[in-house]
Amino acid sequence: MANRFFKKIVGGTNEYERTPVPAASLKGNRSFLGMYAGEHTAGTEFVIGPLFVAHGVTAGDLVLGLLVGNLLAVLSWALITAPIATAKRMTLYYQLERIAGKNVVRWYNLVNALMFCFLAGSMIAVSATAVGIPFNLEMPTLTDWFPRTPGWIVTVLLLGAVVTLVAIQGYNQVSKFANVMSPWMILIFFAAAIVGLAELGVGSAESLISVAQEVIWNGVPLPGMSKFSIWHVIFFSWFCNMAMHIGMSDLTILRYAKSWTSGFAVFAGVYLGHFVAWIASGILYAVFLQANTGSQEFAPGPIAYQTLGIAGAVCVVVAGWTTANPTIYRAGLALQGIFPKVQTWKITAIVGGITSLAACFPALVMKLLDFVALYGLLLMPMGAVIFADFYFSEKLGFRSEAALNSKSNFSLPALLSWVLTLIFCLGLNYFYGIEIFFLGLPGWFVAVAIFVILSKVKYPLAKSLAA
Amino acid sequence: MKSLLKLLSLVGLVLSIVPPVMLFLGKMEMDSMKLWMGAGMVVWMVTAPFWINKSSQQSH
Repeated sequence: MANRFFKKIVGGTNEYERTPVPAASLKGNRSFLGMYAGEHTAGTEFVIGPLFVAHGVTAGDLVLGLLVGNLLAVLSWALITAPIATAKRMTLYYQLERIAGKNVVRWYNLVNALMFCFLAGSMIAVSATAVGIPFNLEMPTLTDWFPRTPGWIVTVLLLGAVVTLVAIQGYNQVSKFANVMSPWMILIFFAAAIVGLAELGVGSAESLISVAQEVIWNGVPLPGMSKFSIWHVIFFSWFCNMAMHIGMSDLTILRYAKSWTSGFAVFAGVYLGHFVAWIASGILYAVFLQANTGSQEFAPGPIAYQTLGIAGAVCVVVAGWTTANPTIYRAGLALQGIFPKVQTWKITAIVGGITSLAACFPALVMKLLDFVALYGLLLMPMGAVIFADFYFSEKLGFRSEAALNSKSNFSLPALLSWVLTLIFCLGLNYFYGIEIFFLGLPGWFVAVAIFVILSKVKYPLAKSLAA
Repeated sequence: MKSLLKLLSLVGLVLSIVPPVMLFLGKMEMDSMKLWMGAGMVVWMVTAPFWINKSSQQSH
């Protein structure tokens, strides 16, 4: 069910791309439960959990931070994205086109495609750490930005070529494979936590707490890593999918929901993937660090292989690959929006090439937390624009869906909301040293305010009525 | 046939999670656990594709 539903959304079947989803095609909560559970237990989870350990998060901060942050994420999906999705029943791209115009959406697509390429690249790198085990490949370390050895480059490029060829051949087979592997992967994360705790000598509730606090998340960052507080955990878990919820990418998915309450269905996926899986992969990394004292190596493949054997290594390959493949496909779709006359396979090949080159750089994995935050931040202002247009246009007196209603391909308020918000966030980071994880929240309010003010000036409702 | 495949898939999942629990309880060695988990993975991978996507298509 989830597989076909997902295919319908990203598979380019041209269903309801420019019309609202009809009542006959609406789905119940169960469809969203399955889909979100699969989507949020992915290759990234093998990296994010260990990075929290490396950044010296304490056990209490991690558990409380994840509980609060994930709850805020669920509420963002349910109370911000889902009501607009079920009221409009349009894809993000078409909704944005109606408000901002085709020309602005083209730039949005370009940024989106690039971000997808880098995300897919990091997942190919994650898979490569497992593929390289039998070849005794030298693995990247926490502080690496550039490839260490020619062997790493060759492995990544070969893997990237295979993933790209499969993506060119068709999205469906990998999608089916991902659908098959999802329940097993979730169990492997549970297994990782159980085995990891046994390896660390946990035998009772008391020892669990002491091992968690003193061994796994002991609050001491590894050399070269910054210290993370509970606020980092809360804001990261809230905003790691910022592009999807307050950035409104999931309008495309939730437009199929019978009721806006389906937004709450993300609960299962988020708490399985961004709670259980992050904690489990953090435990795996702690086992690795204990067995390899002082090691700076950061490679999910060997980490999982050491504790879980071949099943762990295969899980890393599968998780990385099944995340990279649809991401390459989505990047291709975004680029095809800009170059509609270029054949799909050529676009996918170009995207695969960019992705494979990006995957050569371990920085994408080591800085995955920062990259995920940046990805959400870059796309978030357009979500704020959709939110403001939906809720405030009538109440505050400006024309809704201005590009559509003024028959224009370009909306200056939408473009300026995007650009000025990012300049504002850059300023906060550059002049006040505010870390990237904390920029999304103020940025969202700034984007809403800029769009409302500029829309009132450029597209006042009274003026349009008089005209 | 489909019921048998589903049963085998379930065995695959059981082999993926029970050995870690037995290791945790001190009733299995690490090497045996890894072996059983590998076997569970293979059983799941060769049986699940025959019914998971099929049943999802039929549900439409």
